[in-house]
Amino acid sequence: MHSNKYVFLYTLALTTVVAVVLAFLATSLKPLQDKNEALFKKKDILTAINPDFKDKNDEEIEALFGSVEQLVLNPEGNVVEGKAEDVDMKKEEKKDESERLYPLYVYKGEGKELYVVSARGNGLWDKIWGSFALENDFRTIAGVTFDHTGETPGLGAEIKDNDDFKAQFYNQDPKNKIYNDETGQYLVIRKGGETKANAAYEVDAISGATVTCDGVTKMIEKGMKPYFAYFNTLKK
Amino acid sequence: MADTAVQEEKIAVQEPWLGKKERQLLSDPLNDNNPITVQVLGICSALAVTTLVVPSAVMAVAVVFVCAFANLTVSLLRNSMPKQVRMIVQLVVIAFLVTVVELVLKAFAFEVYKQLSVFIGLIITNCIVMGRLEAFAMANRPWRSFLDGIGNGLGYGGILIIVATIREIFGKGTFAGLKIIGATEAYAINTADGSWGQTLFGWYANNGLMVLPAAAMFVIGILIWIQRSYNQKLVDIS
Repeated sequence: MHSNKYVFLYTLALTTVVAVVLAFLATSLKPLQDKNEALFKKKDILTAINPDFKDKNDEEIEALFGSVEQLVLNPEGNVVEGKAEDVDMKKEEKKDESERLYPLYVYKGEGKELYVVSARGNGLWDKIWGSFALENDFRTIAGVTFDHTGETPGLGAEIKDNDDFKAQFYNQDPKNKIYNDETGQYLVIRKGGETKANAAYEVDAISGATVTCDGVTKMIEKGMKPYFAYFNTLKK
Repeated sequence: MADTAVQEEKIAVQEPWLGKKERQLLSDPLNDNNPITVQVLGICSALAVTTLVVPSAVMAVAVVFVCAFANLTVSLLRNSMPKQVRMIVQLVVIAFLVTVVELVLKAFAFEVYKQLSVFIGLIITNCIVMGRLEAFAMANRPWRSFLDGIGNGLGYGGILIIVATIREIFGKGTFAGLKIIGATEAYAINTADGSWGQTLFGWYANNGLMVLPAAAMFVIGILIWIQRSYNQKLVDIS
């Protein structure tokens, strides 16, 4: 048996060594991690615009992203000063709803004009978020990306990993729309049984990922309001 | 204390780096003493990660790393470690190594980091790591402990990849992301285009159960069954 003093000193020494090494590693790797994170975010927005952009290399991503127009919206849908890439949805979420800022990316190229809107919500274990590229009728979906903090790989994480799931949003006939002007309902991630009548406003859910898919539905419903307010001013 | 240390050193010098005993430490966990199918450790993560092959493989590599270095560190510390707090010390070592893995992956393999997400943190609670520390590293010299860690990591990883292969192919029709069997053009065996794929496999549909954790339970159970049917050593006759 060791004395209490030894135990205290031993654990103190051990935790100090571990803490110092970890702190050193964390701070020295931080710039690399931040760079990865920023690049990943840009790639994410670009993949929503065109899925083929996923295979571009780092420089091409930077160049392409530079050509995208960036706007920041307030909850009333008015443009405020700032760049969309500086808006951290994670921080915005903690603010009061009336003070939140929303990033909007506008891409003009290949004869298209696409508006990329972003939304954030809850999955099964943690946060999920996604970006939707809308055509200039502000309803038809042209592309989509999702991401998450901690959904289960193979189940909830499929919203990000499964290209077939994402393709449903923009590859179906008729093309999916994010909002139904007649019924006032947003796009729904549907579980089970096909209902052809509403096909344009529904996407088939992933088996075994019900909560995550419901989270996507809610995220769309909650996140689109300020964007739609802005789009209404554009229509006039 | 000093005397035993000197003695240990002498024995260590005489022992070969990869003698019979050392080779056994590496090969035993692959079959006779497999952490999943025989020791039944690390089942929780084996059920959760094995839906896809690629994350399983990365998980396997991470566990080999953590298991080997945790064993090595704890074995080095074993004589000075106060017995009252040994579990806590072990956990600090494991958590430290896992955090290192996480930080390094995030800086150098961001895509993989994104894919594994929660599972990296779960290595900390993986019973294999702690189990080997208690059962082996606390009573053996560093080099052997290191080998034991690698062996057990590989034994765990091997089962993980076998289970993931079965689950991914039957649950999704893909293998490590390669599309094998499904109802669109993208798959190697197309079950809906009227060619030989449809004639032979037109009836085929992915098994939704394979995607769920319960399927891993069945697959692991069947693996244990197969292993025991040819490895009589594992059958308890008493």
